[in-house]
Amino acid sequence: MQTIVAYVQNKPGVLNRVASLTRRLAINIDSLTVGPTENVEIARMTICAHTDERGATRLEASLEKLVDVLLAENISDRPMLERDLALIKVAADQQNRPHLMELIKVFRGRVVDVAPESLIVEVSGTVDKIDGLLEVLRPFGVLEMARTGRIAMTRGNDLLRPPAETPAPEATAK
Amino acid sequence: MKLTGAEILCETLTRLGVKHIFGYPGGAILPVYDALGKSKLHHILVRHEQGATHMADGYARATGGVGVAMATSGPGATNMVTGIATAMLDSSPVVCITGQVSSKLLGSDAFQEVDITGITMPITKHNVVISKVEDIARTVREAFIIANSGRPGPVLVDITKDAQQASAEFDWEASAPRLPVKRQRNNHDQEEFDRAVELLNSAKRPLILAGRGIMLSGAMRTFEQFVHTSDIPVAMTLLGIGCFPASDPLNLGMMGMHGEAWVNNAIQEADLLIAVGMRFDDRVTGDLRVYARNAKKIHIEVDRAEINKNVKVDAAIIGDAGETLAALLPHIHERDHSEWMTHITSSKGDSAVRDIQSLPDSGHLYAAHVINDLWKVTAGNAIVVTDVGQHQMWEAQYYHHNAPRTLITSGGLGTMGFALPAAIGAKMARPDAEVWVVVGDGGFQMTMCELATIVQEKINIKIAIINNGYLGMVRQWQEFFYDKRYVATPLVAPNFAALANSFGIHGETVTTRKDVVPTIETARKSDQTVLIDFRVEQEDSVYPMVAAGAALNDMIRRPNNPLVETATEP
Ligand SMILES: Cc1ncc(C[n+]2csc(CCOP(=O)(O)OP(=O)(O)O)c2C)c(N)n1
Repeated sequence: MQTIVAYVQNKPGVLNRVASLTRRLAINIDSLTVGPTENVEIARMTICAHTDERGATRLEASLEKLVDVLLAENISDRPMLERDLALIKVAADQQNRPHLMELIKVFRGRVVDVAPESLIVEVSGTVDKIDGLLEVLRPFGVLEMARTGRIAMTRGNDLLRPPAETPAPEATAK
Repeated sequence: MKLTGAEILCETLTRLGVKHIFGYPGGAILPVYDALGKSKLHHILVRHEQGATHMADGYARATGGVGVAMATSGPGATNMVTGIATAMLDSSPVVCITGQVSSKLLGSDAFQEVDITGITMPITKHNVVISKVEDIARTVREAFIIANSGRPGPVLVDITKDAQQASAEFDWEASAPRLPVKRQRNNHDQEEFDRAVELLNSAKRPLILAGRGIMLSGAMRTFEQFVHTSDIPVAMTLLGIGCFPASDPLNLGMMGMHGEAWVNNAIQEADLLIAVGMRFDDRVTGDLRVYARNAKKIHIEVDRAEINKNVKVDAAIIGDAGETLAALLPHIHERDHSEWMTHITSSKGDSAVRDIQSLPDSGHLYAAHVINDLWKVTAGNAIVVTDVGQHQMWEAQYYHHNAPRTLITSGGLGTMGFALPAAIGAKMARPDAEVWVVVGDGGFQMTMCELATIVQEKINIKIAIINNGYLGMVRQWQEFFYDKRYVATPLVAPNFAALANSFGIHGETVTTRKDVVPTIETARKSDQTVLIDFRVEQEDSVYPMVAAGAALNDMIRRPNNPLVETATEP
């Protein structure tokens, strides 16, 4: 699994272009998240792809060829944080609810909705952690689940910022 | 000054230096055509939109400038798809302008609405829909920059009809391009550079693999200097032909599937390959597992995504070919590789024996004769535009190009039907040049409707149909790999000379070798287009041949004796 972070123009069609490119390169995406940055014109993507380092390098270079991709970087080998967020609706009755709550606490999940026959857990963390929680919830009956897919960020001084907003030099067609 | 979107488009194109537009009208682009009529732009009415894209492509390839094609929405736009993909695979700067239904109708399956930006997303360098008149000038200017910068490629601009009709203030300054600010990568890696220098200075059996990137970079001079200083022989890709004079003793010729045996063998024996502006396409490498196993590899390439894509290299220098070679030059030692060169050329003798040119004249006409004679008569100075198939490979083998942009051919996509329209584009771009079409009887029938365009535009090109009565290259594969089961390759054709006549074009038919040169000579004297139908040997094959997926040195060679003769008696 390789993790690539990209800054892209925040406008319609860009997600389509990125998805189309990975499909063309025959690279399978595990998750692709996109969200705005502090600059409304720029969005940030985290792409987790099933490929090796060579594939990731090619994807990164090919992404940067897209006009709307400002920067793409494979951060798989760098110290970084990865987070996934999940909402899990799990079956719960009077009897097993306390036991469930205990387990959820261990995984530092939060119960965000309670209904007579179910509850919704919100949990964030690494993919492994969420998978772990899922594993223990499964016997109770997982009714529904929504996951965001990973977002990632390099640690400390290793900053990955969008390119500075300097005005593009006036170029003329050759 | 207030102008309509259509007028703004024409004014913008004019200011960008566009002189010719290859196109075909229709409802959704009609406002632009109305404005075209009032502009100084020369519109060439094609007979099929595929032709328009190939013409724009041929135009771009002949000059290095941007070629422009235009079509209406829906079927007009979808007819462009093959031409766009052709330009994409060969990095050709083409801007396609299509009309689109009005913005209010977008997404409603309106008459002749098609999502052409969606369709062409994977086959354009970039594409964009314009639905506001205010965006036309800026976006078109951006399209031209994108098409012809870095690694060039096609850009499609889809303009809704209401944007063409609406009016806006036209202000050149205010419509300056505003392309997204991208991260500037510092591609210079001193370590890689030093390693390349070291490899270059220590190799004993080095070989340069020259591709189209050299031409795109305009680096012919620097390249020549580099070759002569380092004294390294050069093998060329199909699209690299012309970037280095064929007459130079260090030029070995084309490599790959139909490369000469000595070239492919040299690659397999080399201890260093220096790939410049080429991308190790499967047609030049053969089986990658056994490709140039003795060689270290240096890759000089402008497109970072090509590095280590097919072949893992030992030193990669990312950047413009000309700039990179110029930077390397002061560091490389003057070398003498004559021993290695002698070794390579020693195997030329064997090839000469097998060469069709050396075989006794049987009275039969071979395609290679025609092309070799064409080369001699034109002194190698013509622009030759080929189609795809056997004749294309024979052209690459027997027409020796000394100047860049004199061979125009669809390499990456291998698009049959390319030649005739692309030649029209090349001629519009280079009216002074002698332009020859070399095309098979199959490919010619795909786009021969453009003969009418030639007549309407009073264009003077020469057309050589290499007529073997088969889809020759496919027949060859059937001969070699399918036990001569010629399924769907025998091909009926019209009498091409008579067909030409019906268009008002002079046509000739040649069936014997002795008539080749005089007919070519007469055709050259004419100031009009002439079509010559060369009826050649039907079941001749292109040799050598590396079967798809075979090792590069595993070549099927021309049997030196006896030749199979299959032509119907002249
Ligand atoms: C549009 C398209 N369709 C099919 C092919 C597959 N193809 C490659 S070469 C060839 C035969 C070409 O025959 P012809 O034009 O007569 O030229 P020849 O090989 O005989 O010189 C075919 C069908 C192709 N390259 N392009």
